Amino acid sequence: MLSRVADSLYWMSRYLERAENTVRQLDVTMSLMLDPGGASAESRWHRLVAALGKPAGLEWEGDLEAMAERLIFDSANHASVTYCLNAARENARQVREEISTEQWQRLNRLYHQMHSPHAPTQARSNISDSLSAVVDGIHLFKGVSDTTMIHGQGWQFIRLGRYLERAYATATLLEVYQPELFIETDREQFGYQYLEQVGLLRCCTAFEAYCQVYTADLSPDRILEFLLLNRDFPHAIRYTVECIRLAVDSIQRTGGRRSPDELTAVIGRLHAMLGYTTIGEILAGDTAAFLHTIREQCMRVHELIYRYYVHYSIQSALAI
Amino acid sequence: MSAGHPAEVETLFGDYPLDRAFDEMREPGGEVRPHYRALAETLARLPQEELQRCKQSAELSFLTQGITFTVYGREEGTERIFPYDLLPRLVTAQEWDRIERGLIQRITALNLFLRDVYFEAKILNDRVVPRELVYSCKHYRRQMRGLSVPRNVYIAVVGSDLLRLNSGEFVVLEDNLRVPSGVSYMLTNRRVMKRTFPQLFHSYGVRPIEHYPQLLLATLRSLAPEGRPEPNIVLLTPGVFNSAYFEHTYLARQMGIDLVEGRDLVTHDNIVYMRTTDGLKRVDVIYRRVDDDFSDPLIFRADSALGCSGLFNAYRAGNVTVTNAFGTGLADDKALYAYVPRIIRYYLGEDAILPNVETFLLTEERERRHVLANLDKLVVKAVGESGGYGMLIGPHSTARQREEFARQIEANPRNYIAQPTLDFSRAPCLIGDHLEPRHVDLRPYILFGDKVNIVPGGLTRVALEKGSLVVNSSQGGGSKDTWVLE
Repeated sequence: MLSRVADSLYWMSRYLERAENTVRQLDVTMSLMLDPGGASAESRWHRLVAALGKPAGLEWEGDLEAMAERLIFDSANHASVTYCLNAARENARQVREEISTEQWQRLNRLYHQMHSPHAPTQARSNISDSLSAVVDGIHLFKGVSDTTMIHGQGWQFIRLGRYLERAYATATLLEVYQPELFIETDREQFGYQYLEQVGLLRCCTAFEAYCQVYTADLSPDRILEFLLLNRDFPHAIRYTVECIRLAVDSIQRTGGRRSPDELTAVIGRLHAMLGYTTIGEILAGDTAAFLHTIREQCMRVHELIYRYYVHYSIQSALAI
Repeated sequence: MSAGHPAEVETLFGDYPLDRAFDEMREPGGEVRPHYRALAETLARLPQEELQRCKQSAELSFLTQGITFTVYGREEGTERIFPYDLLPRLVTAQEWDRIERGLIQRITALNLFLRDVYFEAKILNDRVVPRELVYSCKHYRRQMRGLSVPRNVYIAVVGSDLLRLNSGEFVVLEDNLRVPSGVSYMLTNRRVMKRTFPQLFHSYGVRPIEHYPQLLLATLRSLAPEGRPEPNIVLLTPGVFNSAYFEHTYLARQMGIDLVEGRDLVTHDNIVYMRTTDGLKRVDVIYRRVDDDFSDPLIFRADSALGCSGLFNAYRAGNVTVTNAFGTGLADDKALYAYVPRIIRYYLGEDAILPNVETFLLTEERERRHVLANLDKLVVKAVGESGGYGMLIGPHSTARQREEFARQIEANPRNYIAQPTLDFSRAPCLIGDHLEPRHVDLRPYILFGDKVNIVPGGLTRVALEKGSLVVNSSQGGGSKDTWVLE
C-alpha cells in the first residue's frame, strides 16, 4: 500500500477516535454539572481541558454553554469535534479510492450533519442528544468499515490509528483523574463522589462493563485496574495495546520485506508491562509516572510507525 | 402541438419556446420526436410532487456520494455538486453510428499526425500544415523529437466535444487530447438515472456504458513497456485540490489501481518507483491527469511540485509508459484544429465524417481584419486554454471586453482563433416545475490502445443558465445522462 495512503487512513482513524473521545468527555462533564454539589463549573472545565491534553484556546470564560459550543463547533480550534471530523474527512477524501463507498458516504453524512445550519441550535436545545448523534455516526462508520473493507493493510492502519489514539487518550484521562479518585470524602459527599466515579467510567463507556466484572461496588483501585489492566474491555489500555500489537504484526505479515525490530520491541515491552503488573504494584509506586510512561511509549510507537512505513529514506529502501 | 398527444404532454411543455436552434426533443412544428415520445409521456403522467421527489433524491445522492468538483478562484464553498438535470438526452442508433465512425477516423488521423510531426514531419514538408504553426505552439515538446512511444499511440484517452447545429448535424468543437475529464460524471449519472427511472430506462433499451473503467484498464495495460507482462498501472493525480479529484479517485477505485501523487513517486536509475509501506515498488504505466508542464520539474516547469523528478528520463529510456504522451497538446491547439480535416485527408485519404466548426486563423491578415470588425458576433478563444477560460463570447460581451481582446489579438495573433457564435442544439431540462430548453453539447470518451473503443454515450453538458452558451462546469454548467438507443 502507498505510504501516503497508509498515513491518511491512520490519521483519519485517529481524528475520528479523538472526536469521539472529546464528545464523550464533554457529555460526562455537562451531565455532572447538573448536580449542585461537588466541584465548580470552572474546576470541572479545567479538568476536562487537561484530560483532553490541554489544547490551546479553551481558557475558561465563565459561560459553560458557550464553552461547550466552542468545543463542539469552533472549526478553528484544533481540539474541537468539528475540527477533528473535518480533518478525518479531509484525510478520507485524499484516499477516496482506498475506502469503500459506504464508508465515505457515512463519514460524509456525519460531516454534513455537523455543518448543517441547524446543528448549533439543536445542540443548544439538547446537548446530550446532539453529542450522542455524533457518537452514533462514528460508531456507524466503524461498523461499516469492518463490514465493507478488505481486512488488509489499510484496515490495519485504521485500527492502528484508532487504538493508539485511544491508549494515549485514556492514559491522559487517568493521569488527570487519578489524584482526585483517592481523596477521602465524608458521608454527605458520598453521593457526589459516586457520580464522579461513574463519570470517569462513562468517559470510557466503561460503567456497565465495570459492573459486570466487579458489581456496582465502585472503588478507586478497581476502577483504575479495570481501565488500565483489563484484558477484554476495548477501552482498557491493556486491550488497546494488544490491538496495536496485532495490527503491526498483521501489517508486517502482509508486507514483510523489512522487519520493524525497534517498533515490535517497544510495543512488546509496553504490552508486557501492562500484562505482568498488578494494580497493587502500580499503586504502591508512582502511579502518575506509570501513566506518563504509557503516554511516552505511545508517542514512541507513533514515531516508529512513521520511520518504518511512511517516511523511510530512499537509500534504506533501495538497499533491500 | 399536433393532435394525438395527451393533454398532459402539452401542459408539461407550457410555453416552451422553439426557434431556429435544433431542439433535441421536438421538431420545429412542435411534435415530440418519435424516440422522445415515451419519455415525454412518462413525464407527463408523473405527478408534480413525484417529479420533484425524484430530483431531490438524485441531488441528495450526489451530495452524500461526495460527487463534487472544485471551483477555482473562490475561497469559500469551493466544493460543489455538479448540477444535474433529470431528463436524459437521447441519441438514436443511426446518429451514434456516424459519431462513432467520425471519432475513430479523427483520433486515428491525429495519432498519425503526432507520430509524423515528432519524426519525419512529412506533413510539414508537404506544406499541408504550416511549419510555423507547429513550432510556435506552446504545447509542442521538442523533447519528444524522435522518441518512440508504445504502439505509436500518443493519445490513448480523448474526450471530444461535439455540438449539433441547426441542420441536425454533429460537428467537432474541440478534441481535448491532453487530460480530458468528466467521464466519472457520465458513469455516476447513469447510476442515478437507473435508480430514478428504472422502468423507463428498461423500456428504452439503452446501450450500456458501465464497462468504461475496464476498457480503460485494458487500454492502459496494452500500452505497457515490453517485458512487463504484469504491469503495475497507476493513476497520477495533482492531488485533492484539483477540480477533477473526485474523478481521479473514482477511476482508480473502479479500475483497482493505485492513485498516486507526485510525492509518492521516486526515480532511480531511470526506473520509476512508488513509496509503499512495504518499500519501493516499480511503476510501469502512468495514466496521468497532470499536464505536461507539471509532470517533471527537471524537464518542464521547474517550480512544479506536482510531478516527479526524473520521470521524463525514465520515459525516454522506455522503462515507463506515460499516457497520454507528452506533447499531445500540440494537436489540441485551437489553431491547428482548423487543419484537422486536411490532416485526415492527408493520412487517411478520406473526407472528415464529422465536420469542424468554421474557424478564423488570426495569423492570416484577411481573416484577422474580418474578425476584428465583427468581434460582437464571434467567439474568440485563446488557443492553448480549455475549460471555458480565456474566451470572449461576442454577442454577450461588453465594448470594453471587446477592446481588451482586440488589443490582445493585435499583440499576439497566434494566440487566438475566432469562430462564429454557434446556435447549437438545445434539450429540455427540468427548471422549477416545468420544462425549458437549454443548450447542450456532447462529450464522448474515446480509448485508443491496441484498438479503438468508444462507450456508446458520453457526457451531455448543459448550459443551465437561460440563454447561456457556456456548458463548462467551472462556469455554471451541468450535465445529463446520455442514452444511446439500440
